[in-house]
Amino acid sequence: MNSLTAIASLLLAGILTNNMVLAKFLGICPFLGVSKKVNTALSMSIAVTLVMVISTAVTYPIYKYILSPKYEYLETVVFILVIAAIVQLIEIFLKKFIKPIYNALGIYLPLITTNCAVLGITMLNITNELSYVESLFNALAAGLGFMLAMLLFSGVRERLETAEIPEFLKGLPITLISASLVSLSFLGFAGIGG
Amino acid sequence: MKNKNLGYFTNGLINENPVLRLVLGTCPTLAVTTAAINGIGMGLAATAVLVCSNAAISLLRNIIPDKVRIPAFITIIAGFVSVVQMLVKAFAPSIDKSLGIYLPLIVVNCIILARAEMFASKNPVLPSILDGLGMGIGFTATITLMGAIREILGAGTVFSLPVTSQFISPMIIFLLPPGGFFIFGILVAVSNALAKRKGKDIVMHLGCENCPSRGACNLKDTPESCDEKIIKEATVNE
Repeated sequence: MNSLTAIASLLLAGILTNNMVLAKFLGICPFLGVSKKVNTALSMSIAVTLVMVISTAVTYPIYKYILSPKYEYLETVVFILVIAAIVQLIEIFLKKFIKPIYNALGIYLPLITTNCAVLGITMLNITNELSYVESLFNALAAGLGFMLAMLLFSGVRERLETAEIPEFLKGLPITLISASLVSLSFLGFAGIGG
Repeated sequence: MKNKNLGYFTNGLINENPVLRLVLGTCPTLAVTTAAINGIGMGLAATAVLVCSNAAISLLRNIIPDKVRIPAFITIIAGFVSVVQMLVKAFAPSIDKSLGIYLPLIVVNCIILARAEMFASKNPVLPSILDGLGMGIGFTATITLMGAIREILGAGTVFSLPVTSQFISPMIIFLLPPGGFFIFGILVAVSNALAKRKGKDIVMHLGCENCPSRGACNLKDTPESCDEKIIKEATVNE
């Protein structure tokens, strides 16, 4: 029962209070770069969630059983290379065996190789000393949180297209200021789930 | 010749300032700038990695096969990041604590991979080192400035010295994530306004040149934003 509440609070924290993008500033590039249309934002975040969960599933045992306790300083090098390889493998696998998913997500996968959100979540799982199951749920929560932020923000940006924007804020500045407002709204969740 | 070398160095300071003009490395820019001192720590760590990786990649530029260059670059960068991480942990533990996970995440900092791909892999060693140094100092100066602004507004101090905290109650919101996005937006707006006055383009969106995954992506080298290209590609697929 205890572990169930722990997992529930991980999910709540990852999605709302400790949101990957809006509270931890990880994955800002896709958040600002691929959020103009709701559809692309959704596909991108599904791809990110998939890669996050699979990467965590692979890097966690590598750290626990191979790197720890003697070679912990290799964490950065090993993790980034493993993630890059995993993304390639997922791409090849989908292309060969699950063509419809590849058609929907294929373009996004190469964009995720060096995404700091993916490397960040695998490292945070280690730093926060989570168990294997907790790590997997934490990665899932982070992915879902990323998805929520992307979807909300793409909705805002679709509205911005037709809005009248002051001359000096045109372009990237207005995008950042709207991100600030979306992030402000997430502050309201602070305190939920401990 | 000397002037040309100087040009490589000054390029990163203003004209191609990595944060405000190229919009590279947005994650650390937003995440660590809650205090000016964090900006300096992050900036110097990234500069050290940038100079070393630019030098190493430039030396190896004729040996690394084109097809595996991205993994090769990442490995080189990750190596230097680990070195810097251990040095910071040993000699500046307080900075290590305040930068936390963002220190190892230098490895996926777009500035470093972008300069490796756009500059170091095509140029000799000396210009690459100067380019790394200029970009690094431009990055450090900008995020320190942003850290100082957020610190003054959010805590009333600069480098932990009280400035306005005596007579204005600090607005904590500027230390929280929304304040980060807001101040960054305003800084980009100011830099856009200055660029416009000089007749240069304003920054409209994050383009391919800013993307760390550019090398792996097959949509690169068109002036549209990522969104537009992906939408176009997706409709072709259907």
